[in-house]
Amino acid sequence: MSKRRSDWQTRPQARIRKWFQQGFTALDDEIINQISQQTIQQPEVSQMMEAQREAMDTRRYERSLALERLERHELQAWVRTRGRKAIGRVYVALALAMAVLMIFFLLETVAHMPRFGDPNAPVTNEVTERYITRGVEETGAVNIVAGMILDYRAFDTLGESTVLFIAASAVLILLRIDRRKDGTPVQELIAAESDDRHYEPRADRILQGSVMVLTPIILLFGIYIILNGHLSPGGGFSGGAIISAGLILYLDAFGFDKAGRFFTYKTFAWVSFFSLSFYALAKAYSFYMGANGLPSGIPLGTPGAILSGGLIMPLNIAVGMVVSCTMYIFYALFRKGGL
Amino acid sequence: MQLLYENLEQTVAVILFGIGFTILLLQRNLIRKIIGLNIMDTAIYLFLASMGYISGRKAPIVVDGVTEVSAYINPIPAGLVLTGIVVSVSFTGILLALTVRLYRRYNTLDIDVIALLAKGEDA
Repeated sequence: MSKRRSDWQTRPQARIRKWFQQGFTALDDEIINQISQQTIQQPEVSQMMEAQREAMDTRRYERSLALERLERHELQAWVRTRGRKAIGRVYVALALAMAVLMIFFLLETVAHMPRFGDPNAPVTNEVTERYITRGVEETGAVNIVAGMILDYRAFDTLGESTVLFIAASAVLILLRIDRRKDGTPVQELIAAESDDRHYEPRADRILQGSVMVLTPIILLFGIYIILNGHLSPGGGFSGGAIISAGLILYLDAFGFDKAGRFFTYKTFAWVSFFSLSFYALAKAYSFYMGANGLPSGIPLGTPGAILSGGLIMPLNIAVGMVVSCTMYIFYALFRKGGL
Repeated sequence: MQLLYENLEQTVAVILFGIGFTILLLQRNLIRKIIGLNIMDTAIYLFLASMGYISGRKAPIVVDGVTEVSAYINPIPAGLVLTGIVVSVSFTGILLALTVRLYRRYNTLDIDVIALLAKGEDA
């Protein structure tokens, strides 16, 4: 610190300023001071001893520091090699013990559960009774499960479809590779395209021929399952999954260029938006009417006919559309990072 | 043991759950962890479906206008399993997408290596 300050005091500008302010005498004084200091500075014995002691102290301190560092390094090395192995072994043992303990307790619980197929089990309570005895006349659906999930518990199913839609959006955010703003492709996109061209089948005659036969049947079967959701096993979720399987098969056989003619991001966005908002509005209407004890005005039809069950069939269609779009876009994103 | 044998479906479900949990704890590969999670899901579906079954009764689809409780099995677990399947599909998709991103960044699927590399990036 002192050195710096003396530098600052003796630099030419400071000298010139001093000369201006105080005249030549000040400079002379300074020169005399410097000369006298140089002559006086003779190292004394005690000072030398002190300096030596200080140097020794610093050396000792540095040595202890180095030792400490070495110790720490050795410890780190031990942790990195054998310690990690030991910790890993302890972790494995603990995890196995925990899993075995959990299985043991759960088995103990299972042993005290009601027997399999017991008609008097506490699961079969008055809620079940109500669903089975009054379900057909209240919902109009022959399939009691469909009546349950799309009428009694329709709010839950809306949440499910929304969860699916949000999952598709999250995967879209995570995996989509965008073009630049002027439309030129990014390096990643080119890499993904070349990967896709390299690893996936292209213009395979056998695949294309079988897909031409199979896809319409698969799509028809999916639509049948969706439309018959209130009459037979099935419904929006399973039918939507089947339809998306047909679409994915088509995409595999004919590639993104042809599939992109009927399914783009815009299709996904609009179909999801219309299905979800239709579902929400329809259920809001029926909840509002039901809560206020008003007649909903939706004919339930004769149970067993295709046009029956009130809102259940349109809601099944909405759910099926959301599910098929979501599954298709999952596949496209995981395969190439875009449609 | 006899009790466990009578509840065979639920016993199998619980053991499957434990297997999935162990995979989740012991495997370091992210994909295998996700597979373990899905095995746990499957165990839960099996458990719920077996809870709803009543021996000698039919699936809850009304045939010929018979609406007696003694004719059909319990429909509620079916609805719960449906919810479970949908949620499982959704989170499997998100987890796999995150795994793809991690692999693109670190070129490995080992969770410990990824943690080390991430720590090195912070320092």
